[in-house]
Amino acid sequence: MRDTIRLRVFRGDASGGEEREYEVKTFPGMVVLDAIHQIQGEQDGTLACRWNCKAAKCGSCSAEINGLPRLMCKSRVEEFYDAAGVIRVHPIKTFPLIKDLVTDVSWNYKVAESIPPLRIREGTPRPLRMDQSDVERAQEFRKCIECFLCQTVCHVLRDHNRTDAYFGPRYMVKIAALDMHPLDSVERRSFLRRSAGVGYCNITKCCQEVCPEHIHITDNAIIPLKERVADEFYDPIRMLVRRLSGRK
Amino acid sequence: MEPYETVKHDVLIIGAGGAGLRAAISVLEAGLDCGIVSKSLLGKAHTVMAEGGAAAALGNMHEPDDWRVHFRDTIVGGAYLNNHRMVEIFAHEAIDRVLELEEYGAVFDRTPEGLIAQRPFGGHTYRRLNHVGDRTGLELIRTLQDRAVSMGPTVHMEWTVTRLLTSDRGVVGAVAYDRSDGRIIVIQAKAVVLATGGWGRMYRYTSNSWESTGDGAAMALEAGADLIDMEMVQFHPTGMLWPPSMRGILVTEAVRGEGGILRNGTGERFMFKPEYMPERYQGKFADSPEEAARWLDDKQNNRRPPELLPRDEVARAIYKEVRAGRGTVHGGVHLDVTHRGAAYIRRKLPSMYEQFMALGSVDITAEPMEVYPTVHYTMGGIHVDADTCQTAVPGLFAAGECAGGLHGANRLGGNSLTDILVFGRRAGLSAVEAASERKHEPISESQVAAEVELLLAPLGRTQGEKPSVIASELQEIMQNNAMIERSHEGLTACLSKLQELKERAGRLSAAGDRRYNPGWHAARDLLFQLRLSEAIVRSALERKESRGAQWRSDYPATDPEWGKVNLTVALRGDELVVTRVPLPPMPEHLQAIMNEGKK
Ligand SMILES: Cc1cc2nc3c(=O)[nH]c(=O)nc-3n(C[C@H](O)[C@H](O)[C@H](O)COP(=O)(O)OP(=O)(O)OC[C@H]3O[C@@H](n4cnc5c(N)ncnc54)[C@H](O)[C@@H]3O)c2cc1C
Ligand code: SF4
Ligand code: SF4
Ligand code: FES
Repeated sequence: MRDTIRLRVFRGDASGGEEREYEVKTFPGMVVLDAIHQIQGEQDGTLACRWNCKAAKCGSCSAEINGLPRLMCKSRVEEFYDAAGVIRVHPIKTFPLIKDLVTDVSWNYKVAESIPPLRIREGTPRPLRMDQSDVERAQEFRKCIECFLCQTVCHVLRDHNRTDAYFGPRYMVKIAALDMHPLDSVERRSFLRRSAGVGYCNITKCCQEVCPEHIHITDNAIIPLKERVADEFYDPIRMLVRRLSGRK
Repeated sequence: MEPYETVKHDVLIIGAGGAGLRAAISVLEAGLDCGIVSKSLLGKAHTVMAEGGAAAALGNMHEPDDWRVHFRDTIVGGAYLNNHRMVEIFAHEAIDRVLELEEYGAVFDRTPEGLIAQRPFGGHTYRRLNHVGDRTGLELIRTLQDRAVSMGPTVHMEWTVTRLLTSDRGVVGAVAYDRSDGRIIVIQAKAVVLATGGWGRMYRYTSNSWESTGDGAAMALEAGADLIDMEMVQFHPTGMLWPPSMRGILVTEAVRGEGGILRNGTGERFMFKPEYMPERYQGKFADSPEEAARWLDDKQNNRRPPELLPRDEVARAIYKEVRAGRGTVHGGVHLDVTHRGAAYIRRKLPSMYEQFMALGSVDITAEPMEVYPTVHYTMGGIHVDADTCQTAVPGLFAAGECAGGLHGANRLGGNSLTDILVFGRRAGLSAVEAASERKHEPISESQVAAEVELLLAPLGRTQGEKPSVIASELQEIMQNNAMIERSHEGLTACLSKLQELKERAGRLSAAGDRRYNPGWHAARDLLFQLRLSEAIVRSALERKESRGAQWRSDYPATDPEWGKVNLTVALRGDELVVTRVPLPPMPEHLQAIMNEGKK
């Protein structure tokens, strides 16, 4: 590894900004977040970023490193610097910029509030019993750390700016987690189609590629949800039978 | 004066970790207006990082576990300094609180019978940690967050509270600033719950995030509450050691719970040495590696490996091995779980696997991890009433890691995640009751003005010291003098250095303006850290014995007389005063439970 690297960090706010270059000393295992901390501690305390765990568990430190959406605490510098020792660090693009590497992600929290929560099927005996094999699907989705990297790469939100129409992959994962909970009794299909806009996803799988938790967002969450919605809207008889038999 | 905004809530909850969110659920269930403030975004609080599990005696593993055994384990693990009434409430109610999480939608790992799966952990007699792989904290916080949010609280994300406002009737509100734009806000409330977490950031190597500066405990102290057991800081035996970038990051105890073996640099499994087996645990642990190996598959007929002693004991053993020159290349010990097989490890410890692979280039299914103790948890905290979480200040309650008393001199792993549920709920209920008896009181403009001046001063100063420089010196002295091994000499040197840092901190300066400015934010945090560091050092100096997390090299023995008192800290003027407070005598029914364990 090089002794020093040059970090080109975006500095600015909603009204504009530019890259500024900082030289930082490296040490073994260094991640991009370490470099940002070094800048804050030694060169410029006004540089804004979010972080908490520094162990890829909280989803706070999302940024675009050399244009790739990544967690800064999980990105080793030696994987990113070029021949001249340069790494470029920018805020995630889809959400409004507050300052430097910090963006306004409040829209996501508003979306979360609108999702109908879990309701356990009436008459389920206590203590609750569930098979490990039945909870595994929901558990995969519940690994989500809300880093919003999938939200930032989804072209429906990023390029077409359709936050009014589509909840984005993170919330498809959330709805899937509820829907695939073995004891849940809430019907979310029309909600999925109308409010959540599942139809806007055209299965490009970009979200799945960036997920630091390796959740199979498109394959395991969105495609099955799309199938369910298709069932509901195109196969009323099957739906009726399922309803009567108490299965989802 | 600087203009400020005012908001009003029936109940103000400061902190959105597990304790704050569980308190909020109680307040919202009562139909009150509830404001939640947190320094980070929702769902990012420390609780999210918890790994191993939440301890509650559900007894799902065909072992004779019940709340009494949990009670006893917690007190023995806490080296008898715990508040027994808190432990009684805790061991009882932990069970319902975990089951309630399932009702809210948490999805724990399952037993073959379909019940919540439980894993072994240090100091727990039976398998008792309800878990989801090694990401239990994420499950817990997301579940509580979803539940709370569905009930309509007002959440003020990325606000930092810096002072509690009081009148002669107790707490009446708080001053906060919005981190994104530096706006000042005065929050009026009829009751306030502190759920601000711990303060590991005073040490160089810690598993804690930037948030852990102890704001809540320091603010409570300044508002007239007292603190308890401040000398008791938990050093978790296994933090990451290499590469340096990862130093201090936690390696969950679940690794040892799943059979992980500790070896020193010479390859010796040192936890079997008799010198590391404390008297109170004698006969309760496997006495040979063979028995420990059999325990993996047959827990009924074999005893636990000594790697599962409580954290204070294991951390000290590692420290001593390394100090005696038996460390690894980087000065730690090895933690090896490879004998469990790759598939098992990846299923039971997925985030550890990922953490070492991605950050340390170590494949834990094939090679050992290098570990060393890291500062992890603060047993001490705001002194509260066991049943109500009431502090000494009317209208002010505290729960979770910021409160003290439950864990005594050493916390057992897994007991914090249920602590925050049990006492989060109780603090919420108490706040509801208080809010019905209290009203919004007028705010003291002079208190607000004093805080605003303190808060903004560093921005006005061009000549002055950077908070990051002082914070770093603070970490250095605390790491060197108030860590695992303490002495009169080190602690007094630390105290005088603290005095110097305090003076220098009166002249802090921060560049830039009030918009999302971490350098400026750190200036106010530092004052809280200095206050609590002093409380830790003064208490550690006062307790002239070794017990639990407190190890005094100049007083190496555990002294039964010291086992009869807790230390409290109060603020008189600008002086911290340490007082010895006798432990309340244990009532007969609890004494009987303790005696059963001696059989
Ligand atoms: C890596 C790791 C692993 C762990 N694993 C386990 C485990 O397996 N089992 C277990 O039982 N325990 C575990 N613990 C301990 C446990 O996670 C914590 O003790 C517990 O989560 C604390 O919860 P809390 O609600 O009290 O505080 P926290 O979760 O720390 O939340 C504090 C909240 O207060 C807010 N706050 C603080 N100051 C202010 C202020 N001035 N103004 C506004 N808001 C403020 C913060 O923003 C945050 O929202 C672990 C800890 C760590 C670090
Ligand atoms: S697969 Fe769907 S959700 Fe994912 S990025 Fe593509 S369009 Fe967006
Ligand atoms: S699904 Fe993956 S990428 Fe999307 S927010 Fe969750 S963890 Fe991040
Ligand atoms: S700091 Fe928590 S994910 Fe990076």
